[in-house]
Amino acid sequence: MTTPVTGAGAPRSRSGTRARRKARWSFDNISFFLVFLGLPLALFLLLVIWPFIQAVFYSFTDWGGFSQEFEIIGFANYERLVNDATFKTALGNNIKLAIVVPFAVIVIAMIFATLVTVGGRGIGQTVGVKNSGFYRVVSFFPYVIPAVVAGVIFTKVFDPSNGLLNGLLPAGLRQNWLGQVSTALPASMFVIIWGAVGFYMLLFIAAIKAIPAETFEAARLDGAGRLRTMWSVTIPSIRENIQTAWIYLGIAALDAFVFMHILNNSGGPDNSTLVMPQYLFRLAFAQSQFGYASAVGVAMAVVTLVFAGLVFAINRLTGGSTRSN
Amino acid sequence: MSSGSYTQNRLKPVPERSRRSSGPGSRGDTAVAATSHVVLGLWSIVVILPLLWVFLSAFKSNREIISGSPLALPSSWSFDNFVLAWVDERLGQAMFNTVVVVGCALVLVMMLGAMCAYVLARFEFFGRRAIYYLMLAGLTFPVFLAIVPLFFVLQSMGVLNTLPGLVITYVAFALPFTVFFLYAFFQGLPSEISEAAAIDGAGKWRTFFQVMLPMATSGMASVAIFNFLGLWNQYLLPVALNTKRDNWVLSQAVASFVSGAGYQSQYGLLFAGVVITIVPVLIGYVFFQRQLQGSVTQGTNK
Repeated sequence: MTTPVTGAGAPRSRSGTRARRKARWSFDNISFFLVFLGLPLALFLLLVIWPFIQAVFYSFTDWGGFSQEFEIIGFANYERLVNDATFKTALGNNIKLAIVVPFAVIVIAMIFATLVTVGGRGIGQTVGVKNSGFYRVVSFFPYVIPAVVAGVIFTKVFDPSNGLLNGLLPAGLRQNWLGQVSTALPASMFVIIWGAVGFYMLLFIAAIKAIPAETFEAARLDGAGRLRTMWSVTIPSIRENIQTAWIYLGIAALDAFVFMHILNNSGGPDNSTLVMPQYLFRLAFAQSQFGYASAVGVAMAVVTLVFAGLVFAINRLTGGSTRSN
Repeated sequence: MSSGSYTQNRLKPVPERSRRSSGPGSRGDTAVAATSHVVLGLWSIVVILPLLWVFLSAFKSNREIISGSPLALPSSWSFDNFVLAWVDERLGQAMFNTVVVVGCALVLVMMLGAMCAYVLARFEFFGRRAIYYLMLAGLTFPVFLAIVPLFFVLQSMGVLNTLPGLVITYVAFALPFTVFFLYAFFQGLPSEISEAAAIDGAGKWRTFFQVMLPMATSGMASVAIFNFLGLWNQYLLPVALNTKRDNWVLSQAVASFVSGAGYQSQYGLLFAGVVITIVPVLIGYVFFQRQLQGSVTQGTNK
């Protein structure tokens, strides 16, 4: 089944092969279903679904978190949210991240993947550049570094007085990278991109290798150059992978808590790197406004779902195929 | 078949392909190749340089870091910073906690995830579709939304700020991904074999553990690698639900190096802490590099 990956892989209807036998009420059957389905499901419902439901409920209350008392206040939290300038700043930063980060990562990863797989020769059989194995291993490495550690490393790289970057730059170009509004967000974005490129490069490499070599050869016989081949053959062939990458990266960018929290604990100069989860965290655990924090969480979930819907819609509008299998 | 394409890729390793290509190239090819190497080489430097700098600085004294050139070799290879970070900053304790928590959670989630995916993929019963979509929802909702109520759920169960509490939370949140991946995998396995096992008199338990699970080993390995990386790197859940210093995991300990007061001036210590955190993952990566790339390949062909 070499169907390209899509978010969740909708369940294929194969009821013909599945479960032809009707369940009998034997001990083997009952214990089997209780343990195999009941146990994981109970854990999942208790620790994932139940908290989500509670969060939605609390978003309609003025609960502070410590006392047991709270009142249901309807949509007051949401009204406050709409007029909350700090929240709007955070939302804006998340949207900037969700536009810039996936775009940059996909473009860079796509170029690197192309170079590594088919960039070696302009005619004849497709080959990658020499030593591509080395580049692949090195590029992938940031992915296995924990996000926290990557954040810690780059707070020091960007350190204005003893950081690596300022140490390598001539005096005139030195900046307080994370400490001024103009560079704080771009510098943070760079760290996220640094960590993500390798993984998506590998993903695209795998996808490109799955394209039949004859397709490339045919394009080349027809006289297509490298750019044309990439644009007209490679990208359409791995379209589903790009869509998946875009959704994953977008969802990650709409969160981005770990990176932002480590790089600029307080939300950066003038909240220029504050993201929604950071604001939620601050409201819930530092200011004890659990009800309002939950409303921020619900807003985050809505933004995430809208984003995923947009990506699907754009892909559909620009002529992406709905899966055919 | 995903496993098929995996082997196919392994049978066609890159070196062999490039050897075949080493015929005379045109001048355009040379130019493109040179540009490619410059571009990829630059990125490699961007990746390696910060890590090299961290590694070198970990051996330096504070004064050396502040006054010296950033990429100079340390004047002496002193392990003082490492000892300080491991013992005084209790990175050793955090490392132990992380290994215990991630190890337990990984075993549990693979077991429960495989069982759940197997039932969902191969049996027809009322509510199957609903459970599947509930899992999908659990995968897409931001963890942040759940974090506050989760805090109180764990508190009422009496496992807040404990390692077992962290383990079951990890298991619950890693479950949807595990189930999704293995769901497709179990669906792809031929049904004739489980039917043969049933005809031979094996019960449902035995069919799963002795017939189906062994057939799913390659899929399990891929998911296990991703789960391991995800759980090892987990930061948000422990930072909200596991605040007691004795129970800190590695990511919390390293983060405290930056955010905690008093570490601002102790650069060497911080760098040593980072090196201690990275080295186990680096060693694992070098050993499992081939398997990891296979996992990504499998993930795309699903």
